[in-house]
Amino acid sequence: MMKALCGIAVALSFTLAAGAAQAQSRVDTIRQTGSITLGHPETSVPFAYLDGNQKPVGYTVEICEKIAGEIKAALGLPKLDIRYNPTTSATRIPLLANGTIDLECGNTTNNVERHKLVAFAPTTFVAQVVLMARKDGGVDVNDPASFRGKTIAAQAGGQTFKVISQINAKNNLGITVAGAKDTAEAFLMVETGRAAGTANDDGLAYGQVASSKDPSAFIIGTKSLEIAPYGIMEPKDDPEFKKLVDAAVLKLIKDGTVAALYDKYFNAPIPPRGINLKYPMSPALKKALANPTDSGDPADYQ
Amino acid sequence: MKYDWSWSVFLDTSSDGVHSYLHNLGLGALWTLGLSGTTAVCALVLGALIGVLRTARSPALNAIGTVYVEVFRNIPLLVQMFLWYFVLPEVLPKSLGQAIKGMPAPWNAFVPALLCLIFYATARIGEQMRSGIQSLPKGQYQAALALGLTPAQAYRRVVLPEAFRIMIPPLTSEFMGIVKYSSVAMTIGLLELTGQARAMQEFSFHIFEAFSAATLGYLLINGTLVLAMRALERRLAVPGLIGAGSAGKGGPS
Repeated sequence: MMKALCGIAVALSFTLAAGAAQAQSRVDTIRQTGSITLGHPETSVPFAYLDGNQKPVGYTVEICEKIAGEIKAALGLPKLDIRYNPTTSATRIPLLANGTIDLECGNTTNNVERHKLVAFAPTTFVAQVVLMARKDGGVDVNDPASFRGKTIAAQAGGQTFKVISQINAKNNLGITVAGAKDTAEAFLMVETGRAAGTANDDGLAYGQVASSKDPSAFIIGTKSLEIAPYGIMEPKDDPEFKKLVDAAVLKLIKDGTVAALYDKYFNAPIPPRGINLKYPMSPALKKALANPTDSGDPADYQ
Repeated sequence: MKYDWSWSVFLDTSSDGVHSYLHNLGLGALWTLGLSGTTAVCALVLGALIGVLRTARSPALNAIGTVYVEVFRNIPLLVQMFLWYFVLPEVLPKSLGQAIKGMPAPWNAFVPALLCLIFYATARIGEQMRSGIQSLPKGQYQAALALGLTPAQAYRRVVLPEAFRIMIPPLTSEFMGIVKYSSVAMTIGLLELTGQARAMQEFSFHIFEAFSAATLGYLLINGTLVLAMRALERRLAVPGLIGAGSAGKGGPS
């Protein structure tokens, strides 16, 4: 049985490797088909989610739509269809690698490790890992030590889980770090009292609190435990396409489109329920927009 | 397809900064084994009880068995997982609810997952038990009574031993099913094999390698299970009895 399985794995690797050899630039495919496909998560408020008509919207999705407009102009195409394809954290890499999607527009952290498999457009959001808790929980969301003996929920196997576990271990705080499937479930754990707080990316934490039954019952920390730049994912080893997309992103950053979209999604009521995240732009993001970079090193954003 | 295959990624240090991904996947496989093994043992015992209730001559016992099976068989497993994890502690008395929520990780996810799987698997094995018992000729039970055995003794000495033997092939599928659906426990934060594979792809981005490893893990566990159940079937075979003698002779089992 083992032999057969190894055979399958080897055959699979060869098939994929063979595909890589003859791959052409996405620029050619876009020119030929007159369409570009955007991959998007469906529940990452306000980066990429579905509105009341089940149409993908969000901060990153709209940046990608503008990028498509720039590509259309740059290539001088008469028309460019934008197609949408939902992705999850497990499908985004394979779909990008096999050509199903051309860009992934969500909340993917740009880190050095991932550059081995994909490329990133210049950073368009800088997330900070922060703590969130109930106001009546008797804890200080800016001081992890105040959670001593309590439970903090974080996405199991996620980056935030790692961050809070390490802080806990290093300072010997005696916090129980509980795993949840995703942001929504980590929040539910705080709502039901299973956890005293969550560790989460601030953008998602603001989205979660704003869409809860009683947003005033929760408080979100301002102290950043770690910095995570988000970038639009591009296919690896396609310099022609990367150049085209990066130029479009830089133009959108320079002419203020990105900042305007930020205000549209973070400081104004957003569909489908008209909630307002009330989340002013962080200094780290201001800096990243002033000096655009596609670096995956958090130190470049401090 | 532009994808860098790298099987050496398993030896890289994982997100906890101490162990390799391989170590974590192995740990995940152990949790899968622990969860599905405990479930299988408990559900086999409880399922036999449900099977007896479903075939008993008393309408009241019948009804209890039927209600149990229909409730736990008809609700999707994922929903049941959420009911055990999120809803149960809220409907229990407050102190008990708090105690459940306050259990240290990973037990706070393991215990609800175990309860959920046991209740679900019991309903399914109970149904198989019922069909196993009903497939026996009626004369077996009646002859046992005629020999002077009480109904309880007739079940214990005659009906159940035969039914268990008939049930081994469907039970093998069910045990393999338990191993596979134990992966639903990932949704309440238990890092079993699928959960660890997901965590690995989340960090390393090497999704194909991570899930290849998980696939291999499940194949190994279930492959071993099939071999063990076949050996058990041969060992327990009673010559001349329906469904048991065929195992060693290349029958369709």
